[in-house]
Amino acid sequence: MTYINQDIVAHIPRLRRYAQALVKGHSVMAEDLVQDSLERALARSHQFREGTDLRAWLFTIMHNVYANQVRRISNGPDFVELPNTIDKMAANTSTSKLELRDLQQAISELPLEQRKILLLVTLEGLPYKQVADMLGIPVGTVMSKLSRTRQHLRKQTHRDNASHLRRIK
Amino acid sequence: MKNPFEITDSEIQAYVDNQLDPDRYHEIEVYIKTHPETAALIEDYQFLNSSIQALYDSVLDEKLPEQYARTRSYRKSKQRNFFKIAASLAWLMIGGIVGWSIHPAQLMLAQSIDGQEVDLVQPASFAHTVYSTETSHPVEVSAKEEKHLVGWLSKRLHTDIKAPDLTKYNFELIGGRLLPSTNRMAAQFMYQKQNGVRITLYIRRGEWNNNKTTFHYSNQGSISVLYWINGEMGYALVGQLDKTELYSLSEEVFRQINS
Repeated sequence: MTYINQDIVAHIPRLRRYAQALVKGHSVMAEDLVQDSLERALARSHQFREGTDLRAWLFTIMHNVYANQVRRISNGPDFVELPNTIDKMAANTSTSKLELRDLQQAISELPLEQRKILLLVTLEGLPYKQVADMLGIPVGTVMSKLSRTRQHLRKQTHRDNASHLRRIK
Repeated sequence: MKNPFEITDSEIQAYVDNQLDPDRYHEIEVYIKTHPETAALIEDYQFLNSSIQALYDSVLDEKLPEQYARTRSYRKSKQRNFFKIAASLAWLMIGGIVGWSIHPAQLMLAQSIDGQEVDLVQPASFAHTVYSTETSHPVEVSAKEEKHLVGWLSKRLHTDIKAPDLTKYNFELIGGRLLPSTNRMAAQFMYQKQNGVRITLYIRRGEWNNNKTTFHYSNQGSISVLYWINGEMGYALVGQLDKTELYSLSEEVFRQINS
């Protein structure tokens, strides 16, 4: 209990990265999501069980908070504000900005559960089993959804047609 | 053992995500050498992974938005909650602070703590926690531009402030930053020892007016805070130090600021 708050603080950058990717293109809402999740985590830090994964616990809290936020704004206007992560990206990446914009758009259009699975696996590098536990679904479902998501994204970003061209360079 | 020529969809995912057992990983590696279509699929998926990381990894290096170091001014509707978060993050419960008051050089226990001091201790501790652990952007302006830094902070705080010299205690100034605080701005100077230990000095103007300066000590977890209010200005020295060392440093800071 004494040091958990300090550990939570250490996770803020990861929570922000995940929120930016999870929230459909609203960078302001993503920041709110991190704030609200931190508040809830701190208010409930006594419920955290020592020896379990703090990161998984924090992400689960964030999922719950996000579900509430989505419910709250679902009646409001659907505005889209693409976060400016693309411009801040490392310059040495071989992908063009346009390709990344396509990818970002495609990710934001994924069904929520597929988005969570994709991001927890690729951004956070979590084992499939842990993702399954966090989302309360079988591990086989995690893997089949992941596979479907990747096939879809490959198509959306035109990787499937153009990849043979790109590989030449 | 599985026939290596029957690679399941799940195995392709696990291969891409490095979650396959090493034997099977090796079998697939061999297989794709003679199967360009599977190789292309895997390469695309790996590319997809690195693109997703490229999209969002910059967030990890960002300076934390200032609201994480704020106490009450985040948003009107959130004031209550945010006050709570700041309190917990600083590990300081309002009622839990039992301070030492040291005046001028004698120790006495000061039980009383009011909102004004909470305005100082909490943001100072939180700002310390957030920024002293930063490796890439611990400070906004580095000590190389000390003159510029001090001038800039003085202007923003509308008062002459100084960055005390703590080299005789082996703490080098590494820089500082401007922070928002309730209604006004606050400044943070950061010092570092050769072994990497960091302390921060938090300075802000407050709604208080104190003509008798006393040092107060507050400790919770691994962080210690020594703070005092001088006139309208509040100061807090924060670090993972024991009370005696922090007290000597604070005396030095106090002496230099008021000389």
